[in-house]
Amino acid sequence: MEEILEHYTTTKLEDVQVWFKAASVKDFPKDGGACVKYKEKQIAVFNFARLNKWYACQNVCPHKMEMVLSRGMIGDDKGMPKVACPLHKKTFSLENGENLNGDLEAIATYPVKIEGENVYIGFLE
Amino acid sequence: MKTIIVVGNGMVGYKFCEKFVANDASKDFKIIVFGEEPRPAYDRVHLSEYFENKDAKALEMAPSSWYEENGIKLITEARVTDISRNTKTITTANDDKYAYDYIVLATGSSAFVPPIKGIEKEGVFVYRTIEDLDATMNYVAKLKSEGTQKRAAILGGGLLGLEAAKALIDMGLETAVVEFAPRLMPRQLNGDASKSLQTKLEALGIEILLSKATQQLTGNDAITGMQFSEEETVPFDMLLVSAGIRPRDELAKTCNLEIGTRGGILVSNDMRTSDPNIFAIGECALLNSMIYGLVAPGYDMAEVAVAQILGNSEASMPTEIDMSTKLKLSGIDVASFGDALNENGGVEIVYENGYEGIYKSIIVDKEGKSLLGGIMVGDASDYSMLHQIFLNGMKIPEDPAQLILPATDGAASLGDVMDLPGEAQVCSCESVTKGQICGVIESGEAKDLADVVSCTKAGTGCGGCKPMVADLTTATLKSLGIEVKDTVCEHFDFNRQDLYKIIEVKGYTTFNEVLDNHGNGGHGCELCKPLVASLMATIHADTANKEYAIQDSNDRFLANIQRNGTYSVVPRVPGGEITPDKLIALGEIAKKYDLYTKITGGVRIDLFGATLNQLPLIWKELIAHGFESGHAYGKSLRTVKTCVGSTWCRYGMDESVSFGIELENRYRGIRAPHKIKGGVSGCIRECAEARGKDFGLIAVEGGWNLYVGGNGGANPRHAELFAEQIDNKTVIKYLDRYLMFYMRTAKPLQRTAAWQERLEGGLEYLKEVIIEDKLGIAEDLEAEMQTLVNKFECEWTQAVNDPEVMKRFNHFVNSEEEDDNIVFVPLREQKMPEPWV
Repeated sequence: MEEILEHYTTTKLEDVQVWFKAASVKDFPKDGGACVKYKEKQIAVFNFARLNKWYACQNVCPHKMEMVLSRGMIGDDKGMPKVACPLHKKTFSLENGENLNGDLEAIATYPVKIEGENVYIGFLE
Repeated sequence: MKTIIVVGNGMVGYKFCEKFVANDASKDFKIIVFGEEPRPAYDRVHLSEYFENKDAKALEMAPSSWYEENGIKLITEARVTDISRNTKTITTANDDKYAYDYIVLATGSSAFVPPIKGIEKEGVFVYRTIEDLDATMNYVAKLKSEGTQKRAAILGGGLLGLEAAKALIDMGLETAVVEFAPRLMPRQLNGDASKSLQTKLEALGIEILLSKATQQLTGNDAITGMQFSEEETVPFDMLLVSAGIRPRDELAKTCNLEIGTRGGILVSNDMRTSDPNIFAIGECALLNSMIYGLVAPGYDMAEVAVAQILGNSEASMPTEIDMSTKLKLSGIDVASFGDALNENGGVEIVYENGYEGIYKSIIVDKEGKSLLGGIMVGDASDYSMLHQIFLNGMKIPEDPAQLILPATDGAASLGDVMDLPGEAQVCSCESVTKGQICGVIESGEAKDLADVVSCTKAGTGCGGCKPMVADLTTATLKSLGIEVKDTVCEHFDFNRQDLYKIIEVKGYTTFNEVLDNHGNGGHGCELCKPLVASLMATIHADTANKEYAIQDSNDRFLANIQRNGTYSVVPRVPGGEITPDKLIALGEIAKKYDLYTKITGGVRIDLFGATLNQLPLIWKELIAHGFESGHAYGKSLRTVKTCVGSTWCRYGMDESVSFGIELENRYRGIRAPHKIKGGVSGCIRECAEARGKDFGLIAVEGGWNLYVGGNGGANPRHAELFAEQIDNKTVIKYLDRYLMFYMRTAKPLQRTAAWQERLEGGLEYLKEVIIEDKLGIAEDLEAEMQTLVNKFECEWTQAVNDPEVMKRFNHFVNSEEEDDNIVFVPLREQKMPEPWV
């Protein structure tokens, strides 16, 4: 199962090669997320409306390798924006992917940009 | 295989069995237990509860099935009459003979009845067994049927006598306690403490007659009064004798075991009698020339006997046995520990507050270095800590008076629980040390107080140590960096009840309004979001569709997420009644979508393995067949389980199915702090297991008995009897109030059982609020519930009729495809998710 994780690497804004037009802004709930398919990848995208920011990360939770993070609730842990996995409430930083309530491997995060009504996610390839 | 015969199935005899079978080495032994009473061992410490609920089962230490499951042969209503030490056999009253290798005498004690002239008169009872209580209650009923106000006396102002007095006054009798000594609880309290207690008891209407030597009982056949002197005869219609105990040593005498001069089977500190193959434990045993009439030393004796039989010849009773006691008498705290009466020349420090009815005294040694004993009446909140300081010889403040003076500026005058040494015994009934309690938390085995209790059994005996166990749990969690605040999470400085009031008063309808106006400047989290969602649902009768991003994942998708991220589907089947057509429809739909199908614990049908995309399709079909959401995913009413009741069952007393359906339909959809389950049984055979539910009804002659606060789960709890013989309308009235009160005041994720248990004032208080409307809120509660009932809407019907909501169920926001990561493997004739590695 671990090979799933090989598909996901944290991508920094300056390294983005491809900006993928994922969907329209209105397709995402305010202060919630939805899942975007890009090639073989599943990416969880969150509209953190309270911060007026968007975040993207792998949809797979490294705890049990299920594709569920986009269905998790978002919020903050002492100011750090986070998502809680719906299965066992493992929480991950949306800024750097770190597991905030355990020692799971960090999740991969991706840059997001909004142009007009559209949501773009940045990938290396 | 060796045979142990346990004579006596009381609390201590039971504890011996429990501790014995818990040991692996016990497999080489066979245990036969003889009990004289008709039922298995019960909790005599809480016997007075039987006066209230007449529920003998609730007092059982363990059901009869427990003995069987543990390979113990329990023979009740059997008295052992003879022991032949030569042939190593015993004989019962039926003349049956059994061979033994060891005997454990746990014959306990009998009530001491002083030889007063006329004591044999009708209307005189003792207070010892459930049968005694039945007889007492029958007589009270008979007296009351005569119509005039009747008077009862309790002979003996000790612990048991005072408890009995409260029970009798609650039954509507004028009640007086008659004590020979010049003070109440003479073994535990000094004169001033007794006075303080007396004032409190008198305020409850209990008359206290001290320094009374009863000359004789007056009356021809039945008692009419007690004569204390030639001049003084006080009229009474009945008498309950609670004047102490006498060890049951008659069996030991038949085989010439050594007996103390004033009774009791002589034992050494390894609990062996004068015959090394015969042990005596509990109140029948005479150890250090003492009969120990408390349960904690009895349990310790049981443990020593277990260890000795299993070959640990070192096991022995400590030389000093702690006889400290703490109890709540009719809501009045009374506690004493150590040398409470200052019999060894210590220095006494007294704090007395006549206004609040509080008396505290402590005894310290002449140097003021250590605590020797103490008494508390009216407020024993510091008992656990003082008791520990005493037991462990801990350092006391330079000014020892600080130990009992009320804390100023909110600072606790006592030391911290964490200062206790690891070996400090916190729960003396179950012999649990501080180290064990902290250990289960540190190892991760226990995450909260409930876990600690179930892992260690601490607090499950007399319950006196519960506050300290709670403090230790909190402090240990804190030391591990685990949040234990009462506030809901870091985003609010409020608890659930505060937020309820805030939302209700301000009329907020969105999470952001609540967070922006009352939060700590953060952005919410997975704890406060679903909590606020639940409160909104309760206050505004919203469904989970309203603001779906703050719902827990299950509520967001109106289904239960399962191991592989697929969901399960549970349509409502009210009361478990379903037509064949609907059953077929469920089968057809399950087949069409290839769903794993199982009957749930709540006797409805669960369809597993639906992908997110399939959920609305499945529900469209279910709704077309007349189903609606079963709310199996929500913190809300799940099912009302019913037995078939009087419509079919030849024993049924009432229509349990009809009423169950009515209740399930009434409370469906309401959101609560936690899930709620109900049960309705048509007769006392209780096939619906209603007492294992948050609310349960059992049909009896003349109406329903209503039980509240039960649950299964990790800590199974039987629901407690709340009201008797009430009609359908009254059931609904009480349930509306009860559930609404629970929804208003419980903590997040607190089931009714835990909520009820932690309510200040307990079940009695709850009855005052719900039945007697002490707070004057009953009408509001009913109206609020009625609004929720009126506004009910099936959220799945809402969802499938709204194209916007339907979009929520696409796995991808940019593709119609499904999640290709999901893998199923075959299981019997169905399927299951691929197991996690």
